[in-house]
Amino acid sequence: MNAGSPPATAQGTRTQCTGGLVADDFISFSKVTKDFGSLRVVEDLELDIAQGEFVSLLGPSGSGKTTLLMMLAGFETVTGGEIRLDGQRINDLPTYKRDMGVVFQNYALFPHMTAAKNVAFPLEMRGTPRAEVADRVARALEMVKLGPFAGRLPIQLSGGQQQRVALARALVFEPRVVLMDEPLGALDKQLREQMQLDIRELHHRLGLTIIFVTHDQDEALTMSDRIAVFNQGQIQQCAPPRHVYDSPANRFVAEFIGETNLLAGKVRAIDGRAITFALPDGSICRARGVPGLAPGAEALLSLRPERIGIGAADAAIDGPNIARGEIADIIYQGDHLRVVIDSSVGRLVAQLGRKDAEWTPGAKVAVSFDEADGWVIAP
Amino acid sequence: MKNTKPMRKLGRGLAIGAAALALAGTAAQARDLTVASFGGTFQDAQRELFFKPFAEQTGKPLLEESWDSGYGVLQAKVRAGQPNWDVVQVEAEELALGCADGIYEPLDWEKLGGQDSYIPGGASDCGAGHIVWSVAIGYDGNRITGEGPQGWADFWDTEKFPGKRAMRKTVKYALEAALMADGVEPAEVYDVLATPEGVDRAFAKLDELKPDLIWWEAGAQPLSMLQTGDVVMSSVYNGRITGLNRSEGTNLKVVWPQSMYAVDSWVILAGAENAEAGMDFIAFTQSPERLSRIPEFVAYGLPVIAAAEMVPDELAVDLPTHPANLEVAIPLDVDFWTDNSEELTERFNAWIAQ
Amino acid sequence: MNRLSRPRAFLLMSPLLLFLGLFFVWPLVSVIWQAVSDPAISRVLPRTAAEIGGWGGEGVPSDEVQAAFREDIVANTDDMAMGDVTRRLNSSQSGFRSLMGKTVREVRETPDIALIEIDDRWGETAFWKAIQDNASPYTDAFLLSALDLQRAGSGEIEAMPAGSSANRTIILRTLWISAIVTLCCLLIGLPYAMIAASVTGWKRAVMIAAVLLPLWTSLLVRTAAWMIILQESGIINQVLMGIGIISDPLVLIYNRAGVVIAMTHVLLPFMVLPIYSVLLTVPGNLMSAAASLGAHPVRAFLRVLLPLSLRGMISGMLLVFMSSIGYYITPALVGGASDQMISSVIAFYATQSANWSMAAALGLILLVLTLLLYALYNRLSRDPVPTR
Repeated sequence: MNAGSPPATAQGTRTQCTGGLVADDFISFSKVTKDFGSLRVVEDLELDIAQGEFVSLLGPSGSGKTTLLMMLAGFETVTGGEIRLDGQRINDLPTYKRDMGVVFQNYALFPHMTAAKNVAFPLEMRGTPRAEVADRVARALEMVKLGPFAGRLPIQLSGGQQQRVALARALVFEPRVVLMDEPLGALDKQLREQMQLDIRELHHRLGLTIIFVTHDQDEALTMSDRIAVFNQGQIQQCAPPRHVYDSPANRFVAEFIGETNLLAGKVRAIDGRAITFALPDGSICRARGVPGLAPGAEALLSLRPERIGIGAADAAIDGPNIARGEIADIIYQGDHLRVVIDSSVGRLVAQLGRKDAEWTPGAKVAVSFDEADGWVIAP
Repeated sequence: MKNTKPMRKLGRGLAIGAAALALAGTAAQARDLTVASFGGTFQDAQRELFFKPFAEQTGKPLLEESWDSGYGVLQAKVRAGQPNWDVVQVEAEELALGCADGIYEPLDWEKLGGQDSYIPGGASDCGAGHIVWSVAIGYDGNRITGEGPQGWADFWDTEKFPGKRAMRKTVKYALEAALMADGVEPAEVYDVLATPEGVDRAFAKLDELKPDLIWWEAGAQPLSMLQTGDVVMSSVYNGRITGLNRSEGTNLKVVWPQSMYAVDSWVILAGAENAEAGMDFIAFTQSPERLSRIPEFVAYGLPVIAAAEMVPDELAVDLPTHPANLEVAIPLDVDFWTDNSEELTERFNAWIAQ
Repeated sequence: MNRLSRPRAFLLMSPLLLFLGLFFVWPLVSVIWQAVSDPAISRVLPRTAAEIGGWGGEGVPSDEVQAAFREDIVANTDDMAMGDVTRRLNSSQSGFRSLMGKTVREVRETPDIALIEIDDRWGETAFWKAIQDNASPYTDAFLLSALDLQRAGSGEIEAMPAGSSANRTIILRTLWISAIVTLCCLLIGLPYAMIAASVTGWKRAVMIAAVLLPLWTSLLVRTAAWMIILQESGIINQVLMGIGIISDPLVLIYNRAGVVIAMTHVLLPFMVLPIYSVLLTVPGNLMSAAASLGAHPVRAFLRVLLPLSLRGMISGMLLVFMSSIGYYITPALVGGASDQMISSVIAFYATQSANWSMAAALGLILLVLTLLLYALYNRLSRDPVPTR
């Protein structure tokens, strides 16, 4: 995973998501707007993507992420702004000249063509010599482990196999960019996870530039170099998965990615990266936070459940980042336990591993967290 | 099929044509007297003159239907048992065929005043002549303003009268017209036609005109063709021409010389549920006072002698039975056509298809 | 399903089976039967039928045959059955109609009258031959005659003399007109269905309504409307002459062009609807996918949309073609003499001359043609087999 870029942040309502990994951006959206009639679904959007990068567009449905992809593919016109590919303005370039491989959620395989014919299609459209077509089709199908199924029609293949054919078809002509529109949404969990790893591996091996639309945060976290989190037609945050999870730019991102406990309070003091935060019960804790907070401002403290520690209440430990409470409920979840605690700072959800100490409901406990694990955001 | 009469009664004929099936289809349980005529303006006239007054007089409803003639239709009805029509207006050929086949009830001539009160050919055991109608040449007097055609020879003369012609698409009338056009005396037409050479001669004459011929099947077609100028002249039913002239003020002309007339008759279908009421109905329509009013509506001649005499002169001149018109016309030879219709129709269809 | 419930299941099915039997199998069998059976003579004139078999076909049959004939006439009481005999014989030999009428009347009065005294025609071989030819209760004469064939005196099949029948010409013409109409429907219907399937909302509703609306009006009305539009002083000619494209009216009615135009209009829904419904099942983004893979819209159409609509096209073509074959009213009203189709011939035999056997034979030939086409359709519309 790439490190080094500072976490991009939300500033007002406009989010800049620029400055990718390399200096010259491969794909760039500048001030891109899309209206459907009177409805504005994408607004003044800025996004730069570097060659070889895997960027996920993540967000709830209707957030504009798919529309953005459709505009990039040329299926939708651009209402305002500009899209550039490798320096060339492509707003008005017809789809078939854009040289982008698209993988659709419903696969969009041609039902009357065999797997091999489907994969050969883009090559034939480009006038590739016949012998070379056969060779490249065979290799592409081999790459997605479908060699033996070349002669089958889509209807004779399983969903996962169909998606592999779609993938092979989108990759075989070595497009400049690969666009994927929730490609794994129709697959069951196990298959989906397998495909995630396969796509990730292909990305690394072939050095592809991939833009991947999903509403599944795990998928985005697993696969991406960077995640652009969408809401209401705007990018809320655009950063590597670790940053998006550990350092959410705002409340929407904090709540949308993973689970979190949000505690309202006030910023007491800021000392470099360290923030002193006052909770309503009067207790004080130390945490990190988004830039731009001012002392005295109302703010929220975000605590990830798995970062909360639980200890015996009678332990005579005291200090910052500790609160007392009682266990209200324990939920068994297989690989972990969810513990609901009524504490002095409010109801908290913590997550315990199987190796942690056993607790029972009603037990008096003390909860604590590390300074680096608390994250303060604007309310 | 709405009714549930036993299968055996459906008859084998039903299976053959959807047309027959549809026509023979619906017989009600206890049916009112049902009369079938040929529709159009004439049936409108019949409704006023006969259907309504008869229903009023008897106090029972009268159902009317219309049909397009065709012996097969009647035969299928009678064969199926319990025909759903009682009284039918038929053409001369259907009368002759059906009378021989026994698909009509014999009429009670005492109720009709005896066969002698009819013109020759107007009365038979199975049928009472109702009207006399002609197939003649018709043309638009506003388009041919000089002297019009005088017979079938002029019909064939495309130099004198340039333009398309229309004829009824049946071998009947076409062969007679062709022979008369070829110079055969009207009185000898059927003698000539009875020989194979005569038939060949008629077809040869038709060949001459074929490029300029259009064929019609429904009686209203030639009227609109004449009005639009699609054809310069056509064989027509005389009643339709006079009717249109009266109702729409057109100036269509009927050429009486060499026209061919035939009698339409009332018959009662064998096994008809209301045969007796049907007989009364026929007697009712055929009374000279009532029958003589037909020409007020449609220019058809009347086979009942006493009725024909009652028609005022100004109407009588347009009738096929007016002496001046009758004199130059020929009667359709029904016997010839019952014998030869099928063979000649096949040949005619073959000829027309070439 | 367990064994015990089988009879019950059968019972539940029985209305359907009865329906199929009554309205499908029975009429069909009856048509086939009618086309090959010829029972009139053997039933009404049994003695004659038995005796005349021995006659050599020269001159006139022996006195025994003639006596049997008279006996049969006297014995018969069913006028309608005798009517069938007359009609059947007249079909083979013109003139029998009047001859039989006369003969039956005279023989009933004087049962032992010599036939030759009734009418000279009883001295002609041809009339007796007609009786002999039709004495068997089964015949292939109708089916042969439907194809302009007949049996020669010696028994082998030969063509009818030229000019005496044109069924073959008319059947071929029927197929030809149907093919042209099918092609016209395809050329108009395919783009129409594609556009209808690609637009949405009220535009689609209007386009589909425009196709369905004609189906809700009577065929006769639609045909009559075309007569008004196509005639010499009709709308088309007025417009074309008004804007000066033509100086003399085009002949659009009472010819092949009129028939094709009117039939194409009437049958268009049967082309549009199957293609449209097939296109609806095609995922909407296939054309997008093709474009993204580098296909120019025209190539995407040829390689993707066209093959996918093929099944609908084949269904539509079959529907239109089969319906065309049976057309009757439209060619009769807007066609010329040389545009009449086989149905009008069938109608003539059924409704005019009451020759049910001939009508059945022609119907059977149409049926066989249709079945052949259906078999072809089945082959064409089968799912493509994977190439391994």
